[in-house]
Amino acid sequence: MIALEVINLSKEYSGRLVLKNVTFNVREGEFFVIVGPNGSGKTTLLRILDLLEDPTSGKVFFDGEEVDYSKDRVALRRKIGMVFQQTLLFDMSVYDNVAYPLKIRGALTKVDIEQRVMRMLEDVELLGFEQKNALTLSGGEAQRVALAQALVTEPSFLLLDEPTANLDPKNVSIVEGVLSRLNRENKTTIIMTTHNMFQVERLAQRVAILNEGEIKTIGAFRDVFGYQSPLAW
Amino acid sequence: MAEDLFLQEIINITLLSLRVSGTAVLMGALIGIPVGTYLGFRQFKGKKTMMRLVDIMLKSIVNTFMGLPPVAVGLVVYLLLTTSGPLGWLGLLYTPAAMVITQLIMVIPIIIGVTMSAVGSVEKSIKEKALSLGATENQAAWLVLREARVGVLTSIIVAFGAAISEVGGIMISGGNIRWLTRTLTTAIVVETELGNFNMALTLGAILLSIAFVINLALTILQLKGSRR
Ligand SMILES: Nc1ncnc2c1ncn2[C@@H]1O[C@H](COP(=O)(O)OP(=O)(O)OP(=O)(O)O)[C@@H](O)[C@H]1O
Ligand SMILES: [Mg+2]
Repeated sequence: MIALEVINLSKEYSGRLVLKNVTFNVREGEFFVIVGPNGSGKTTLLRILDLLEDPTSGKVFFDGEEVDYSKDRVALRRKIGMVFQQTLLFDMSVYDNVAYPLKIRGALTKVDIEQRVMRMLEDVELLGFEQKNALTLSGGEAQRVALAQALVTEPSFLLLDEPTANLDPKNVSIVEGVLSRLNRENKTTIIMTTHNMFQVERLAQRVAILNEGEIKTIGAFRDVFGYQSPLAW
Repeated sequence: MAEDLFLQEIINITLLSLRVSGTAVLMGALIGIPVGTYLGFRQFKGKKTMMRLVDIMLKSIVNTFMGLPPVAVGLVVYLLLTTSGPLGWLGLLYTPAAMVITQLIMVIPIIIGVTMSAVGSVEKSIKEKALSLGATENQAAWLVLREARVGVLTSIIVAFGAAISEVGGIMISGGNIRWLTRTLTTAIVVETELGNFNMALTLGAILLSIAFVINLALTILQLKGSRR
């Protein structure tokens, strides 16, 4: 079943087209990766999918339902988690940062929230950091907190904008572990951008190449990259 | 006996000053913080040119009123509250209430202005992050206000500092009546004129101490608030 459908999506910034007729589908539970050089429009695309930016033209469907960008989108947004390229945490403890998305939904008791937050912190290997102010964390720790924030609500869709850039190999493997487990066990639909070709090979079910705002190819890693060594990128 | 009265008057004056300025700032915060948050928050939206123009006008007006001369405010309040004035029937002229009103008018723009710039300088991405995590517009605004809390607290302290040391406004609207509307600042004026330097200096020392405590609080706040 198709979980996300993007049709002829274009985005213009002061007269310049940064996304041009972008069209693709992502299946439910698929791990879909977008690669492309700097400035090719990856972040813009994810921001539109996270409903933070309005497209200039084109359509987006989540679970078969077209997004109305002119309307209030809280309900839809609550089904989507996003990890931003630039890590930004709130000036509060690590625990409160991760609990925030649960608190604002107001659906869980304090005890349930605590249980979920602690489990999430365990997953990203940050147990013991609960009471630390999030702004005092190292880059790698902060990025894992951001991941925990996006995942704690168990979203159906997960958007990841270069979630492992700036991470050391150990942190990369922690994050990748969490993502594959999530994709396998929860059937979360994941759309991720990256510059790391090894990561594409490890994680992606399908990969799209975005260049100058246009999708050049979509397919399985082998089909897209053929015999070309990943090292050549 | 005379010593006793001296002390009693000093206590009376000090408490009245704290009460008048405290009430004005408290009321000013209740009005100024929500308005300042709204104005600071709006700049994230400004898509339409017309809206942006209104925004700039509003903010310039607030900034102008931040430097309102207290004497002028006192005069306006006097004219409003005087027996023949439009609000004369309230009978508030030369009461502590008149002084509260005067200082309220003075501190509201200060609190709005400082809150507005504190909220406005919280990164736009903080709001986006909150929205992305599923916050409603109101929840996101609340979070931005929370991130701006040092600035908001600063606005309150700055406003209190301005109110407690203000003299011209409350002199006119309060009338500087002994035991009733005489505050630290207005008392210093009259005691100096009368040559009671003992009293004037004591009151001056108290005022200075209050100012010092205010600045101490501000400094501590600024030191604590520089994490980001
Ligand atoms: N708010 C904006 N206003 C104007 N131009 C923008 C804006 N946001 C992005 N752009 C432009 O759109 C283009 C695509 O930017 P985008 O951030 O989507 O690229 P990216 O693929 O994520 O790049 P990177 O790999 O460096 O993160 C860039 O040329 C950028 O300058
Ligand atoms: Mg990017």
